[in-house]
Amino acid sequence: MTKLNSNLMIHQYFCLMIRYLKKQNFWFVFTPYFWLVLFFFIPLALIFKISISVSEWGMPPYRDLFSLSEEGFKFDSTLSNYLFIFSDPFYIRSYLNSLSLAFTSTILCLVIGYPIAFYVAKSQANIRIILLVLLIIPFWTSFLLRVYAWKVLLQGSGIINSILIHLGFLTEPISMLHNHYAVILGVVYTYLPFMILPLYGYLVKFDLNLIDAANDLGAKPVNTFLKVILPLSLPGIIAGSMLVFIPVVGEFVIPEMLGGSDKLYFGKIIWDEFFVNRDWPVASALAMSGIVILVFPIVIFQLMYAKYNFKNE
Amino acid sequence: MQNTILRMNKLFFKIFTLTIGFSFLYFPILTLIAYSFNDNKRVMVWKGFSFRWYKELFQNEQILEAFYTSIKIASLSATFATIMGVMIGFSLTRISKIPARPFFIFLSSSPLVMPEIILGLSLLLFFISSNHIIGFPSSKGQLTVLISHITFSVAFVAVIIQSRLSSYDKNIEEAAQDLGTIPNMIFWKITAPVILPSVISGWLLAFTLSLDDLVVASFTTGPGANTLPIVVFSKVRLGLSPEVNALSAIIMLIVVLAAISVYLINRSNIKK
Repeated sequence: MTKLNSNLMIHQYFCLMIRYLKKQNFWFVFTPYFWLVLFFFIPLALIFKISISVSEWGMPPYRDLFSLSEEGFKFDSTLSNYLFIFSDPFYIRSYLNSLSLAFTSTILCLVIGYPIAFYVAKSQANIRIILLVLLIIPFWTSFLLRVYAWKVLLQGSGIINSILIHLGFLTEPISMLHNHYAVILGVVYTYLPFMILPLYGYLVKFDLNLIDAANDLGAKPVNTFLKVILPLSLPGIIAGSMLVFIPVVGEFVIPEMLGGSDKLYFGKIIWDEFFVNRDWPVASALAMSGIVILVFPIVIFQLMYAKYNFKNE
Repeated sequence: MQNTILRMNKLFFKIFTLTIGFSFLYFPILTLIAYSFNDNKRVMVWKGFSFRWYKELFQNEQILEAFYTSIKIASLSATFATIMGVMIGFSLTRISKIPARPFFIFLSSSPLVMPEIILGLSLLLFFISSNHIIGFPSSKGQLTVLISHITFSVAFVAVIIQSRLSSYDKNIEEAAQDLGTIPNMIFWKITAPVILPSVISGWLLAFTLSLDDLVVASFTTGPGANTLPIVVFSKVRLGLSPEVNALSAIIMLIVVLAAISVYLINRSNIKK
């Protein structure tokens, strides 16, 4: 009897707890979204607001959109920050530079990363896991230090110069730093793992028998690749490309460390506009237009992905 | 015969590709480590083997303090981001009646596609104006860096948890329910063990993201909140620093040890 009683009590206790948890469900579900709205979307709305405000001396260095003074309620907004950006070829060029850097390095990462990912995925299981660990190590190593490593290598007195002189390709050291080729090299190097890992993820699931089947049916290797392997790894290609393309558009560190004055990039311009010129409205307008420019490639990627999924279903 | 030659060719091409690929990935890091033992202030001119820069690194208060700050912020941010990431993962996969699901997916995944420079700028301006309006945060510092890091990490953890939750068989949970298991028990005995590996990898990813972040931290940092990347960047922005070489070697060592332990854990799991 007592045992039954205690069981009943436990049961009641759990029922109460479940009811309690259900009440908590609201917070369980919505806390993270509140967080994101508060610290992600409101800040974005805020830079939009500042981007259409009038610059002013003082702190903060812009005039409020709405103001209530003796003259009455005033709404003060302007598109002049945007007009300023898009009338100055300096800013337009920096956007184009960033987009072309992102595009070039995505293609290069894909071309270099695809064969590596393919062969790692097709290795025997015990070798594969070691190769995978070797791929993940650079991914975990500090991004800043990997960029710094190239700064050391490309120095005038650096090891690459020494090797080239030793081999007789050069007679005296040249500076390989501070130009946009060094930036491309740095970007490809640091973002390569971001391309390889998603590619690997799709290629490893891929059934090797399909290649044999294609070969047996008389397909040339090129056709096997284009018609069988490539379409099946498309989601990996898209995921990897997005992981490289998007951050590179706003990349600040690599151009700052390896680049020179021959090409200026969007990230650096925002940084300078904010920290050096202290022009918040223009910096905000640059950021807003950056988002708009980024939306296009993302939409294209998404459409490609949707098309792929549609075809497979 | 021809088949064997073809296979040999393929094997050769495979080994060639992998060798070139992995040398490209490792050559710069390994050179950096080799030169960290160089007893010369000029980083690339070899003078002799020494541990000089390691000694100086461990006497450099600024770097040590920044290291401590970074570890603290990274572990806190990873923990909070993981908790919220799990919440998002559950709400997107388990609550079928969540209204306007695409909207929530949009909310939770948009930080993934935001360049960090824009994120940093918007958070800084947000902190400044919220300080003007409600007086919080009272000053920029570790708290503001922590909030920013949680914000961009949540989305990454959520993606990992979500993919695990959506790929595993929900029938197991339903079977447990039919057998009369209490919901709480179902969570701890069935769901938790299934998502645990993703929770761990989500935490690790959030930890590395925070430890690695320079741009967002530069915007949102204040007095007393210099993270390691900020200090390193200020040292190497204009020139080279042998101490940073030593630091890279140590970080590399930690990463390799972590990778080996993950590998060993995985292997023992597979054997089981």
